Amino acid sequence: MKYGLETGLLAVGAFLALLGAAFAHDNQFQAHMWVLFFVLLAGTVVMIRRVSFAPYRVPGDSLPKGAASPYFDEVVKYGVIATVFWGVVGFLVGVVVALQLAFPDLNIEPWFNFGRMRPLHTSAVIFAFGGNALIATAFYVVQRTSRARLFGGDLGWFVFWGYQLFIVMAATGYLLGITQAREYAEPEWYVDLWLTVVWVAFLVAFLGTILTRKEPHIYVANWFFLSFIVTIAMLHIVNNLAVPVSFLGVKSYSAFSGVQDALTQWWYGHNAVGFFLTAGFLGMMYYFIPKQVNRPVYSYRLSIIHFWALIFLYIWAGPHHLHYTALPDWAQTLGMVFSIMLWMPSWGGMINGLMTLSGAWDKVRTDPIVRMMVMAVAFYGMATFEGPMMSIRAVNSLSHYTDWTIGHVHSGALGWNGLITFGAIYYMVPKLWNRERLYSIRMVNWHFWLATLGIVVYAAVMWVAGIQQGLMWREYDEQGFLVYSFAETVAAMFPYYVLRAVGGGLFLAGALIMAFNVTMTILGYQRDEEAIPGSSAVAQPAE
Amino acid sequence: MADKHGAEKHIDEISGVETTGHEWDGIRELNNPMPRWWVWTFYATIVWALGYTIAYPAWPMLSEATRGVLGYSSRANVAQDLQVAKAAQTVYLDRIAAAPLADIVADPELAQFAISGGASAFKVNCAQCHGSGAAGSAGFPNLNDDDWVWGGSIDEIYTTIAHGIRFEGDADTHVSEMPAFGDMLQPEEIRQVAAYVVSLTGTPHDASLVEPGKQLFADNCASCHGEDAKGNREMGAPNLADAIWLKGEGEEAIANQVRAPKHGVMPAWLPRLGEPTVKQLAVFVHSLGGGE
Repeated sequence: MKYGLETGLLAVGAFLALLGAAFAHDNQFQAHMWVLFFVLLAGTVVMIRRVSFAPYRVPGDSLPKGAASPYFDEVVKYGVIATVFWGVVGFLVGVVVALQLAFPDLNIEPWFNFGRMRPLHTSAVIFAFGGNALIATAFYVVQRTSRARLFGGDLGWFVFWGYQLFIVMAATGYLLGITQAREYAEPEWYVDLWLTVVWVAFLVAFLGTILTRKEPHIYVANWFFLSFIVTIAMLHIVNNLAVPVSFLGVKSYSAFSGVQDALTQWWYGHNAVGFFLTAGFLGMMYYFIPKQVNRPVYSYRLSIIHFWALIFLYIWAGPHHLHYTALPDWAQTLGMVFSIMLWMPSWGGMINGLMTLSGAWDKVRTDPIVRMMVMAVAFYGMATFEGPMMSIRAVNSLSHYTDWTIGHVHSGALGWNGLITFGAIYYMVPKLWNRERLYSIRMVNWHFWLATLGIVVYAAVMWVAGIQQGLMWREYDEQGFLVYSFAETVAAMFPYYVLRAVGGGLFLAGALIMAFNVTMTILGYQRDEEAIPGSSAVAQPAE
Repeated sequence: MADKHGAEKHIDEISGVETTGHEWDGIRELNNPMPRWWVWTFYATIVWALGYTIAYPAWPMLSEATRGVLGYSSRANVAQDLQVAKAAQTVYLDRIAAAPLADIVADPELAQFAISGGASAFKVNCAQCHGSGAAGSAGFPNLNDDDWVWGGSIDEIYTTIAHGIRFEGDADTHVSEMPAFGDMLQPEEIRQVAAYVVSLTGTPHDASLVEPGKQLFADNCASCHGEDAKGNREMGAPNLADAIWLKGEGEEAIANQVRAPKHGVMPAWLPRLGEPTVKQLAVFVHSLGGGE
């Protein structure tokens, strides 16, 4: 048996989960261990039966060019499918929670109330959609830019499936009400430990590939991917330091308390944005934009300076989440000034991304994938200007705790992370599955416009909502009394919350079109359609 | 193919710019300089940041952090803002504390201040039951109309807010308890008395039940609600002759209330909010339209 050991380990894991359920210290742990048991049991059965889920082997399809590929691309294919799947799930839950805020009757107790659905949404989009996109593209890019096969053999499979198990345990845990109440780090101690194991395996596979590279230099995209993997490991471990009440129970207590706990939490939270959603996705950008537009990266010097400046400055910016709190003033000041200094290092990535198009700007008109990538970088630029601005104490006194923050996060997450990932997926899918082109280029165009319109609606509505909210909270009358009660400011948000759901719905519709387009491409179909005007007439620049 | 040390020069044809000589999976890098505006803006933010950390509390030292030359402190600022806000209101609050309620209502300047302050306190403490517009809901009276269970004069409103209704912790609280007539009257009789009560308000009702209901009302209810059913504020017995209902509308709801009455509770607010705020609340509620 080729996978005898793996199958055995899965079976042992399932048995241990069963023991965990039997001797559980509390009901939640018991329920969660049952979930784990059934997941591992299903995994064991699949391994024993050797069911092949590889969806790319169409009957009668010849496997010419890619058959001899020196790269380990099977795991990347699974990663692409997982990215699309979790993306649709995450966006759908996002639309649901948006509607729950507008129409509270949609809160279905106890499993589907907003309190449990909200972390489900944030984790699904950041860690399931974004994380799978990062793992898949990191594996795709590091092999090609190192001219080396992924290090560690089947370690890549462990990273992929181990990460999916983390996602399933995190998501089911939220719905069962298991949380350590740390934003973007809600899973409890045992799920955190598992993620640590998977993440170290990810680091070994990635770093091993770089160390066995056949190129003399490490490509810039890999600097960003590596900084993302290393820093997330550090953040994850420190933020989740905790003592479990029982090794057979869900509850744990953080190693930190009071304002130190808050600062640790936001040191983690802000750098999840900085290293997961910024550095990692910049790695993506540095490979897929030059490939798709077929132009050299604009400036090597800019890339090296903005990389180191970004890495050095980002890690200190977390305290700006705690303006006007119990955090001492000096720490707030440092968080703020580091955020301001971060503005240009962030924009270095935008400049390098956009200026890589010099000499090929016509492709924005003729290639919807390029258009998507350019819009992603544009939203990146907007979000990384807005962020430092909102970190300024005076601005923050108005924006903090309002929906402006939500709008800011989504112009970054939907605009930058979403669109650059969609671009990367559209680039990779035909190559991974040996297709001449995507099922439909015109559908990419539809996706682009639906997504862009959705983001613009979302962000604009949240700006108006957030600023109105902030102004209502601080409105005093001539006698010095507050004019609005909190409930009145909530009621005033209703039209904006409805419109926000509309914006999210448009974004979701675009993602569904992508899912269809990608599925049809994988299945080997090509839609009979007219080419985008000008796309074929443009001569490729000479090599 | 990339040269080992990048010695091999390569010029990008479209831009005419030299590359670094390396190539990864077909990607090259131009050797463009960093944009000048980018570099200078980056320097400017660093200089600004240094200046800001001199001006404001910033650098952690051995025992405490630097305090900054401007002497900024967010806590001191809040304390000062609160001081200023309090000072601006003190003159009015002192007058409100000293003046009888009738004088406050009669003084336009003082009344305006009390209405603002009362509205603000109402939104925090009262809106949960009476609604943000004070229109009430089933079981919680509407404070905008002129139908008062315990009296609508400024002093009566003050007493109700200060001591509450059926509130155990206050010796002066309003207490009234309607007996449960489910134990004393037959179900048919309860329907009859309910129909009679509804008939008083001129709203649709079952006319055949009214006549026996009238006698039942005189025997059982009139002692508190009065012969004319117009209620008795001394006892907190509501006026039943108008179409304003506290617990619910219609014969069915009234029959339920006769059978097994519900009795609402309101906390005594004086110990919690203090004399000046309760006075302001009384003036505010009195000003809503039904004040007597």
